Amino acid sequence: MVVYIIKRLLIAIPVLLILIVSTFILMYAAPGSPFATERGIPPAVLANLQAQYGLDQPFHIQIWRYVVGVVTEFDFGPSFIYRDQDVNDLIGQGFPVTLTYGFWSFLVAVIVGGSLGILAAVRHNTWLDYLAVGVSIGAQVLPNFVLAPILVLTFTLWLGWLPGGGWQGGQWQFVILPVIALSTSFMASIARISRASMLEVLTSNYIRTARAKGLPMRRVIFRHALKPALLPVISYLGPAFVGMITGSVVIDIYFSTGGIGQFFVASALNRDYGVMMGITILLGALTIFFNLLVDVLYAWIDPKIRY
Amino acid sequence: MTKHRILATSTLVSLALCQPLWAADTHPVTGEPLAADQTFQYRLLDQFPSIDPQLIEETVGGHLARQLFEGLLTQNADGTLRPGVAEEWSSEDNQTWTFKLREDARWSNGDPVTAQDFVFAWRRAADPATASEYAWYVELSQIANAAAAIAGEASTEELGVRAIDDLTLEVTLAQPLPYFPQMTVHYTFMPTHQPTVEAHGAAWTNPKNIVSNGAYKLDDMATNEFVRLVQNPEYWGADDVIITEITGFVINDANQALTRFQAGEFDMMDDLPAGSYPRLEEETPDVAHSVPRLCSYYYTVNQSESGHEALQDPHVRTALSYMINREVITDQVLKAGQAPAFSFTHWATADFELPAIDYSLWSQHERMEKAVALMEEAGYGPDNPIELNLIYNTSENHKQIATVVSQMWRPLGVTTVLNNFEWQSYLDIRGNQNFDIARSAWCGDYNEASTFLDLLTSNNANNDGKYVNEEVDRLMAESVTMSDPQPVYTQVEQILAEDMAILPIYHYTQNFVLDPTIKNWPKENVENNWYVKDIYRVAPE
Repeated sequence: MVVYIIKRLLIAIPVLLILIVSTFILMYAAPGSPFATERGIPPAVLANLQAQYGLDQPFHIQIWRYVVGVVTEFDFGPSFIYRDQDVNDLIGQGFPVTLTYGFWSFLVAVIVGGSLGILAAVRHNTWLDYLAVGVSIGAQVLPNFVLAPILVLTFTLWLGWLPGGGWQGGQWQFVILPVIALSTSFMASIARISRASMLEVLTSNYIRTARAKGLPMRRVIFRHALKPALLPVISYLGPAFVGMITGSVVIDIYFSTGGIGQFFVASALNRDYGVMMGITILLGALTIFFNLLVDVLYAWIDPKIRY
Repeated sequence: MTKHRILATSTLVSLALCQPLWAADTHPVTGEPLAADQTFQYRLLDQFPSIDPQLIEETVGGHLARQLFEGLLTQNADGTLRPGVAEEWSSEDNQTWTFKLREDARWSNGDPVTAQDFVFAWRRAADPATASEYAWYVELSQIANAAAAIAGEASTEELGVRAIDDLTLEVTLAQPLPYFPQMTVHYTFMPTHQPTVEAHGAAWTNPKNIVSNGAYKLDDMATNEFVRLVQNPEYWGADDVIITEITGFVINDANQALTRFQAGEFDMMDDLPAGSYPRLEEETPDVAHSVPRLCSYYYTVNQSESGHEALQDPHVRTALSYMINREVITDQVLKAGQAPAFSFTHWATADFELPAIDYSLWSQHERMEKAVALMEEAGYGPDNPIELNLIYNTSENHKQIATVVSQMWRPLGVTTVLNNFEWQSYLDIRGNQNFDIARSAWCGDYNEASTFLDLLTSNNANNDGKYVNEEVDRLMAESVTMSDPQPVYTQVEQILAEDMAILPIYHYTQNFVLDPTIKNWPKENVENNWYVKDIYRVAPE
């Protein structure tokens, strides 16, 4: 197991390097530059800007320097747009925000979605099942860029209960709306997956055996059915967790949370090479890490799986 | 200007005497009852890339700079000049300008604001090492040796600005410029505190480090979330400042911002959602405002080799312009009080008289008849159609206007291919003349017609259509030294209209919503420069 983990971590290194290089190439292939402005810049100033950011160097030198900076000093370089800040500052400021609302969204999605799915499966083909399926399909088809304005209209403008945006260091009233908006569709997916897999498990032979032994239903579900039923859910949770803690463009833009989610789009549009690279590497590294975590969890839950 | 000072002092004295008579919560001049809560909140369209005066390059940071820093001069509510750090300014030949600074101007750490601070800041703006995207503004202001310093060919110490003593700043220009004082209002020319900049480098604008000299100082900020400013007790005019705290909320989405405004979360927002203004004006006339704004919207016509060959013919350009029904665009597409434009310079520009351009006086029907005739004369029409590539940057309004205009051109046998690009690609394509027609807009950098007209001189870097007319070049060069250049500007506009150098479409308005308890908002300032130190909040009735 330990060998397996080490092997996976070693593989992650070339994967990340390929990610860096290919993002770098894509970035430079896009027309425009971070310094293009409507007024145009005097050539001397432009030359200085490019020198300041190392853009005057040949491509392979730029990428080499970048990788060396990241590896040796964990320095993701300057932001090309936010000139008073560097990428480490920006991510250091925004990541705790997305981590907070992402973590709560994850909890809500897992608890509500999981219970909804299991309940629906156990009460298969009853009104409870139909209700749970209805709710989860409804939640799935309602995208968060529609849900977010509706939440603000309802809770901010009409009811006046909650602020329509901001973060204020993560006070609870600022966290609620982003969490609802972000968790809804994940919750629906979890409900659907857990219902389907629970249904499958409940019709399997060993459950029938357990029930034939006369075990009470509660014991059958929690002792025998839950663990295998969770396997497909867990494989979904790895990427879903990364997706939630790295935030969402929609949440950051609609709720002005100051998270890093909006940099995904903004840095690409502004050609903010530094921020774009930093965010991509962060997301890549987290994805690799949580996929590994999921695989380890798998082995722990399912005795059939051994590495 | 000393008169102003005496007046201000006497007002202060009388205020001090009257103090016991005023209730503590009424405005000292108007006597209106003031609200207990004197904070001001507004929406920021986007995160500002910088609040370093020499690095700012966009409006969000510009608005903050006007609260945090104070330049030599500032503006009254109507856009006219008033003393800032400078109390008096004078020049005999419009080429050497002397500014006398006030003695009581202080930085937020208590240091006196001196002429050397301005010298430091201005050199810094021109210094290639600063790599300011607004270095061109220093060159535009005609300060001696600016161009050479920006290009790195001369030391910034040779820049034509020097401190004669702590309170006297002398600026030498390369050529006379009567409107130079106007240009000192701009944020690029605001002072910066040398010890702070040198001690902290790029991080000097961090709330922990920043030292500023305006009515407010930076208290706290979070990227993409908010920025908070509090009153600066060291500010020379601190006693007259009523608003104690300013908070700006970064809200990208206009609809979301409007909902939050209506929920009472903040007091002011501009850049309203497309098409929302007519409804806001009807439902809440005391909240929605539309005022002129110094920007013009037009189509750039590529007259270089890379453009469609037909566009090099003024007949074709004129026909295209005549066919645009501007009233349809302003009254049915935009619907927010914009004025149809038949010439480039915004109608509200200071001292500028809108020229009587012939075709502006005709009916649209007459224009269209003439357009068809002109097109025939040029050898084009439905039998010999042309296909034009029209580019615009992503925006609902630009798209609608482009669609409408392409329909208007159809009777001329012109097929228009619309191409939408996101901003950076669009700038790249437009700057390299890879288009036939390009949606464009220009906003004045200072309130004088040359800020528009210079754009169409042949060597201007932003003349993206590559329009060339030697007469225009000559007139604009001459206008710089004239004591009254206005007739020349009018003449230039006439030439531009004859050549149809660009296709003017409309003159901007600034549409915004403002909480009615906020008073003294400078609605007449066409540059949209507002100073929170001038406004106040009255008690709700």
